[in-house]
Amino acid sequence: MGGGREVLGALSAPPALRICHLYPDLLNLYGDRGNIMVLVQRARWRGLPVTVTEVGLGEAVAPDAGDLFFIGGGEDRQQRIASDDLCRIKRAALEEAMRDGGVMLAVCGGYQLAGRYYRPAEGEDLQGLGLLDLWTEHPGPTTRRLIGNLVIEVEGMDDPLIGFENHGGRTHLGPGARPLGRVLTGFGNNGEDGWEGAVSRRVYGTYLHGPFLPKNPAFADRLIREALERRHPGVVLSPLPDAQAARARAVMLARLGQRAAG
Amino acid sequence: MLGTMRGGDLTGVRLGAAIVLGKMTATLSRRLQQGGGTTMPGRVARAVEPRLLPLLSRRLRYGSVIVAGTNGKTTTARLLAHIMREAGHHPVHNRAGANLAAGILSALLEDVDLRGRPAGDIGIFEVDEATVPRVLPHLAPRVAVFTNLFRDQLDRYGEIDTIAGLWRAAGEALPAGAVLVANGDDPLVYEAVRGLPGRLVAFGIEDERHALPAIEHTAEARYCYRCGTPYQYALTYFGHMGRYRCPTCGVGRPPLDVAAQDVALEGPEGAAFVLDAPGFGTVKVTTALPGLYNVYNVLAASAAAFVLGASVEQVRAAVASFAPAFGRAERIVAGGAELRVLLSKNPAGFNEVLRTVLSDGRRPVVLIAINDNIADGRDVSWLWDVDFEHLAGRADHVIVAGLRAEDMALRLRYAGIPDEAVDVQPGYEPALRSAVSRAAGRPVVVLPTYTAMLGIRDVLRRWGAVGRYWEH
Repeated sequence: MGGGREVLGALSAPPALRICHLYPDLLNLYGDRGNIMVLVQRARWRGLPVTVTEVGLGEAVAPDAGDLFFIGGGEDRQQRIASDDLCRIKRAALEEAMRDGGVMLAVCGGYQLAGRYYRPAEGEDLQGLGLLDLWTEHPGPTTRRLIGNLVIEVEGMDDPLIGFENHGGRTHLGPGARPLGRVLTGFGNNGEDGWEGAVSRRVYGTYLHGPFLPKNPAFADRLIREALERRHPGVVLSPLPDAQAARARAVMLARLGQRAAG
Repeated sequence: MLGTMRGGDLTGVRLGAAIVLGKMTATLSRRLQQGGGTTMPGRVARAVEPRLLPLLSRRLRYGSVIVAGTNGKTTTARLLAHIMREAGHHPVHNRAGANLAAGILSALLEDVDLRGRPAGDIGIFEVDEATVPRVLPHLAPRVAVFTNLFRDQLDRYGEIDTIAGLWRAAGEALPAGAVLVANGDDPLVYEAVRGLPGRLVAFGIEDERHALPAIEHTAEARYCYRCGTPYQYALTYFGHMGRYRCPTCGVGRPPLDVAAQDVALEGPEGAAFVLDAPGFGTVKVTTALPGLYNVYNVLAASAAAFVLGASVEQVRAAVASFAPAFGRAERIVAGGAELRVLLSKNPAGFNEVLRTVLSDGRRPVVLIAINDNIADGRDVSWLWDVDFEHLAGRADHVIVAGLRAEDMALRLRYAGIPDEAVDVQPGYEPALRSAVSRAAGRPVVVLPTYTAMLGIRDVLRRWGAVGRYWEH
């Protein structure tokens, strides 16, 4: 019965990727739009229709505004503005979207806001969405930021994820979230326990900031596939030529003394 | 009495030793070709006499000027030095990029004689934006110039708000009577200097024809620094430069003391505009510095020069005769091709450079060289904030070089540049050779990050196309 609906979908039109970009002009610190560009291009290269809905401050978001929600990073001041807005007018809708099989990628400051709270170096706590069971605390303005290249190993993926991190806050996971991966190079969540990022249902949070999807096309495709599955279960993505990404990965892995798989 | 004399003698001895050691270090590092001795002399001398910077700088008869900001520091400081030279002064001036305390001190050491007497009469120093608090109290500048604030090397400098905060705190220590020359079109700069002691001289552009249709994604200041309300922009020129106003607290772009009107951009060849400075005069200026971003640099240098007593005619003549430094769009002939090297180190600057070099429709060969050394910023995420999409259909060949050549090629792939138009040549010499060989009468534009620019200059020097860098 379920199969019949799927065939009908495939016959009528290719599945559309619906992206919802939260605060594109507020949380955009480190080339965050690069992640959106990669998701859009990889869908287009496959002939899939794409829509990107941008939702800013003061705007309500519908649970159906997208299948893949993205939230990027910002400075403490921008994060505080976003925190109020998220909790006031967006939380319920985002919770519903995630319950309903929606996918979220939350990066850096966005990752912190997807958790329970962020305690900045100065000032009051910022309330988070609570979509991930974690909390983040900044140990104080004189503490060293965690900055540098970051490579993590993710369960179920052949290749490690490669990117860059730059954060003052230290994140700790509660029992309701599991880490996205294990740190091979860099600091990760807190520089202590060897874990990086968090996953719960289809909500992904990571300190791999800015445009980490270009160099990690397999992870980009995983997000695209899971987003499409919300309305098109069993969807299969055709492979794309990713030789250039592989070369860029190999250069960085060699420099960091990590072996490139495959 | 005796104690004072002894103390004085000791200071004198230490000062003398510091100067001698600093000068010896400069000679030695130049002889060893260690990069012209632009910072080591200052480091060595400071170890002997930690107060050397204030001791030497206060001997400059007309005091010091500092120039700080994300983009345009080097060009603004060099242009200001050129104007003041034309106006009959003898500026002491640090080398491009040597803009930490040690670099400023090295410039002073080079200028003074063995008894610490300066040959120059005014210091004009570009200062790294994060170093302002460490340098400003020692230099006690007469004029502090603030060009703009954009995201740049976030891994090194931290957040933009942090830099603005540092400037504000440092500005409180400005001497009475100091003048702040600040970009009024940049709300982040204006908020950093507003209300500080000292007279504010604001500069900016008044030409609606150069307004963009919409605010760009590289704009840093969309929300009021004070109250978080979105700024209302009547117009923007690039990034967040423009005519802004906060509807809640009412703070908006200040009235301009020095303005550019009727701006004519001549692609990479330069620009012309009317320099209108109520209180100083009005004059039409032409410059070899290309692009709207350089109009701001000319405005900043001119405003500071007016404050320091230069006449409108002196400013006009000096701006017209000013030749750009290496990496700031100077024209170079190499391998039979015409090259321009334009330092491109952050999204806002890179976008302006792209706009400028692509504007004349000559379909240049483009060489992009990206490094991630500490001086470049180790994080290359910012490449995704640059609109390389502009290259599609406007350039037939793009050569990518540097430590992050492969990442740059990946960025171009997503920008819609066909793979066959991109040549990946990590080494500078093969990359330059590839670019020159593809020129066929078209201009070659080289867009490097800071350390890649130094590497490219070395190759061009070996080719005999440019001189040694400490000669600039």
